Amino acid sequence: MKNQEKIKIGWFSFSCCEDNTIVMTEVMNDHWQEWKKIFDFRHVRVLKSKNIMDEFDIAFIEGAIASPEHETQVTEIRKISKKLVAVGACAVVGLPAGQRNDFTEDQRASIEFLVERFGVLPKVKKVSEVVRVDVEIPGCPMDPKNFLDKVNALVAELQSK
Amino acid sequence: MHKFDLSLDHITKVEGNASLHISVEDDKVKNVKFIIGENKRFFTEAMKGKTISAIPQHLSRICGTCSNAHLLCAIEACENALKIQPSKQTEILRSLTMHGLIIRDHALHLYLFCIPDIFNVDAFLDLDENDPIQHQILHDGFDIKSAGNYLATLIAGRSVHAIYPVVGGYLHFPDQAGVDEAIEKLNFIRPAVLRLIEIFKNCSFHFDRKTHYMALVPDKTFGYMNGSIITSQGEKYGEDQFRSHLEHVVLPYSQASAYTYDKEGYMVGSLARLNLAKDKLHKKTKKSLDKILDLFPSTDIFYNNLAQAIEILHSIDESIDLLKENTFKQEPIKKVEIKESVGIGVIEAPRGTLYHKVVIGADGKIKEGEVIVPTGQNQINIERDVGILVERLLPDTSKDKIAFEIEKLIRAYDPCMSCASHFLKVKWNKKTNKKIKN
Repeated sequence: MKNQEKIKIGWFSFSCCEDNTIVMTEVMNDHWQEWKKIFDFRHVRVLKSKNIMDEFDIAFIEGAIASPEHETQVTEIRKISKKLVAVGACAVVGLPAGQRNDFTEDQRASIEFLVERFGVLPKVKKVSEVVRVDVEIPGCPMDPKNFLDKVNALVAELQSK
Repeated sequence: MHKFDLSLDHITKVEGNASLHISVEDDKVKNVKFIIGENKRFFTEAMKGKTISAIPQHLSRICGTCSNAHLLCAIEACENALKIQPSKQTEILRSLTMHGLIIRDHALHLYLFCIPDIFNVDAFLDLDENDPIQHQILHDGFDIKSAGNYLATLIAGRSVHAIYPVVGGYLHFPDQAGVDEAIEKLNFIRPAVLRLIEIFKNCSFHFDRKTHYMALVPDKTFGYMNGSIITSQGEKYGEDQFRSHLEHVVLPYSQASAYTYDKEGYMVGSLARLNLAKDKLHKKTKKSLDKILDLFPSTDIFYNNLAQAIEILHSIDESIDLLKENTFKQEPIKKVEIKESVGIGVIEAPRGTLYHKVVIGADGKIKEGEVIVPTGQNQINIERDVGILVERLLPDTSKDKIAFEIEKLIRAYDPCMSCASHFLKVKWNKKTNKKIKN
């Protein structure tokens, strides 16, 4: 990648509370001028309306995979992304979004009609159960410094090519 | 005469995943469905069997951006159940935690979600740094967010899923250097907030119609933690009357519960709070606003944005006073004595009134719980308003323009779908897709 080319960013939220999205927008408070120069925020629904789904240098995946539609979407994102980064606990370990996986029989019975109604997966999955993940940033929410370190390492790697 | 269906599959620049479907026949709106499509994570079901100490952190995970509001509301519910009276210092730290949240969360909504519409750009970062006004707005937005984030982190440990507030008190207390820095940051952003208020006072977007509203109104100073629930019709309810004044409505197409009051939609949030309690704002805030406060009470939903900007100013002025007038000391956590009990927490989250209910067993574990969130309360109003808006725009407006206007209107409500999607308790009537009252 030539240095002057902007790095194409995708940010996608699946089943979660979007805490990592909020942390990302808070990290942006101190880094927005630098990010504006080096990043092409190509598909980030929290930031923009005209999102483009063609190719990404880095796709960030937040949240667990809870439905067949999620499986299809994250598989498509993987195909068009050089690097795929799972951010936050729900993406990395599948919890707490997937807490229904560990429900008792009584608890399962009480939510059964909703699981059936909305056609979700029988078991909620972490991202790496569905697609290959290049980098994991754990935490509930992710730690801002760890996020920044991982992002900077990916930027350096992509710009060196 | 127009006949068409319009679908917005992903409403952007809002918190979470929502879509909207609207059917038009003969220039009349036949049907509006505001669909909260976040996958349910079953937080209330998962409360069962957890200990009291785990509940605030558990319910905080309902929503990232509102997390500290859920945290404090759950703590209040548990403390009310167990008759724990927080110390004066704890009450001050909780108020400061909420002020940090209000500053950070409203700034995110106003700058990153709403201002692009005013300046006709797609994203906040698309503002032109070479234009002096837009350059200033870019810096103002991130400076205000940063100050709110700093205050929340200083007082509560984190601005998202805070770690210091617990049932019975706080685990950590701010040091003087941190307090001094917070005061400096808050004073620094005050002029920026005054500029923000001017932007939304002068904004040309308006949508007015008759509607009801309600909020938790404090007895004394404008705030978010205590008081009585007051309605625009003049009725008053105690915090302990958990949802007895609300009617639960199931929307079969949405993964969220909706509510009506007196069989009609109503709105909650900043606009409702300003309408009902503007006279309780900080005196410095009132002095700076002068005649702007004459715009309230209002039922123009776009003044919800102005009300949020005013709340940021109040939270700054109130926080500076609280930080200057108090010295924070180490304090033990109040002891918890377990007993079979029911507790209710009610607070004003950034987007409106938030209710938590806990039922605690003799073993100290949760038997059941319930949560009512602001967006669920606004949902019926959002659908009705979208219908009115579209009929006002027909027949001479393009579908693209209608879609843009709908998104603007929905953004003014500042809905939070992460919050809204988890509290559908009622079994579906599988034979009908009609709304079912519960």
